[in-house]
Amino acid sequence: MADTPLIELIDIEKHFGSVIALAGVSLSVLPGECHCLLGDNGAGKSTFIKTMSGVHKPTRGTIRVDGKEVVFESPRDAMEMGIATVYQDLAMIPLMSVTRNFWMGREPKKRIGPFSFFDFKTANAVTMEEMRRMGIHLREPDQAVGTLSGGERQTVAIARAVYFGARVLILDEPTSALGVRQTSNVLATIDRVRKTGVGIVFITHNVRHAMAVGDRFTVLNRGKTLGTAKRGEISTEELQDMMAGGAELAELQSSLGGTV
Amino acid sequence: MSQGIEANNMAAQPGEDERVKRVSKLRKAMVRPELGAICGAIAVFIYFAFAAGDTGMFSAEGVMNWGVVSAQFAIIAVGACLLMIAGEFDLSVGSMIGFSGIVIALLSVHYGWPMWASILMAFAVALAIGALNGYIVITTRLPSFIVTLASLYILRGLTIYFSIATTRQTIIGGVREAAEGDWLAPLFGGKILKGLFTWLGEAGVIQTYAGGVRAGQPVVDGIPMLMVWALAFIIFGHILLTKTQFGNWIFASGGDAQAARNVGVPVNRVKILMFMLTAFCATVFATCQVMEFGSAAADRGLLKEFEAIIAVVIGGALLTGGYGSVIGAALGALIFGVVQQGLFFAGVESSLFRVFLGIILLLAVVLNTYIRRLITGER
Repeated sequence: MADTPLIELIDIEKHFGSVIALAGVSLSVLPGECHCLLGDNGAGKSTFIKTMSGVHKPTRGTIRVDGKEVVFESPRDAMEMGIATVYQDLAMIPLMSVTRNFWMGREPKKRIGPFSFFDFKTANAVTMEEMRRMGIHLREPDQAVGTLSGGERQTVAIARAVYFGARVLILDEPTSALGVRQTSNVLATIDRVRKTGVGIVFITHNVRHAMAVGDRFTVLNRGKTLGTAKRGEISTEELQDMMAGGAELAELQSSLGGTV
Repeated sequence: MSQGIEANNMAAQPGEDERVKRVSKLRKAMVRPELGAICGAIAVFIYFAFAAGDTGMFSAEGVMNWGVVSAQFAIIAVGACLLMIAGEFDLSVGSMIGFSGIVIALLSVHYGWPMWASILMAFAVALAIGALNGYIVITTRLPSFIVTLASLYILRGLTIYFSIATTRQTIIGGVREAAEGDWLAPLFGGKILKGLFTWLGEAGVIQTYAGGVRAGQPVVDGIPMLMVWALAFIIFGHILLTKTQFGNWIFASGGDAQAARNVGVPVNRVKILMFMLTAFCATVFATCQVMEFGSAAADRGLLKEFEAIIAVVIGGALLTGGYGSVIGAALGALIFGVVQQGLFFAGVESSLFRVFLGIILLLAVVLNTYIRRLITGER
């Protein structure tokens, strides 16, 4: 793996009035790695990814892209540097076709005389190809996104971000609303994208999903990082304990007789 | 526990998804937003072919009769359709028709403006009002239903007020005389292909008047510009919606405005432009009507906003936006025109028109909801 992180966030703090949402969080993403950001609800995951994608400006701390210090004034700034976020609600419009969704806002055009038209031929061909590369076999590019499963919609959103130049892909709980099969599809997609050299930040509170694809793991608890561990250095149980802050969950686990 | 199942599913993974059924070309061609309107139109034509086939409803004159009425509906339906797909309503269409008509008649007849200047002024005012409707909807974030309901009353009230305050009456005549020799007026009140129809009359294809001052002239002496406008709007609207980048933005703005904004679609601009388009359509309607009747009346266009919306909904559009078809809306307008005039030909009590309309609206919406589920996977 390359040495310079695509993006590096150092000691990020974010205060909302008197509430300290983030109290010193650090994380870096290398090309081609899947960095899992774990944390329970309220740990500060959302605030942190919004800082990373330029929605919030950090109160304190440094952000570096390709080793150079940057300040994101808006999400657009972050997007221009290749940092794309796929939010939980996806920004897909179910009534519209896959192609129309894929190209929304960046429609390819062809000119006929003085008029310019949506170039559906190119758009459909690219969409089909990108979907195929992600392992989704569309019946036809003009089928509505609403006919796709939740996992497939995630994949369309990911493929769209990658196609339009994402180098760092922030996935906000992509598996939290999915069934087993669909989760495995999304994890497979993450693996595919990672192999193309894109860095991925995979936000989840499901340790098993994280262990399935993660290269590194950072656990967030009450606005602080509890450290970053590499794959193989840490067990599922340890991650689970760190996330929940320990003791109680361990007790619950033993009474349930397995991993929560 | 779930490990075993997962492995099973993974095994079924390679190649194509076995649960995606192959879909036949025919089914794909059938299942489209306009299907309900197509069925409705066919049903209506079959019904009247039996009920009024021998009454001259399908003679050249009869076709022109319901064709003009359908074209009127189509003009306002196209605007309402694109606006509805962009996620908004305009309830002020009817009032706008009355308002624009009075503006033209007042300026040309009462104030002595040239007709072309009066018409252009009416369009300018209408576009400004449309833009204002859109601007208020965008900035206040109120439902357009409420905002344009206010415009419905304000415009209608102003129309009557201006008309009475200047001429002491609500009908202003003398427009035809004022339009004489004007270069712009024929674009709305004229007819095209007159030569062709004269020839058709001479060739005996269509009937000619047997006597009177127009003896020898064909009963239909040309295609009214109203129909040309309707056709132009339908073609323009359909291409804009389905073949251009802007069309994609219309769908996106109505489908999920926030998602569209996130990827850089100028949602506000799209919506305001669509409000302006409905105002433009209403003014074309008004201008054609004023030229045809030779007068403007303050109560013109009453209930037209609902008729436009009904035509659009029969055409398969979704009331909440993001889905619909201009061709469907045009077919909805055709159904409207044929039924309204056809009941007259068939000698059916004309008050039943509304009953029929209500029923067809209900049937169309039920069918369209079903089709839409098939297409979009809504559950």
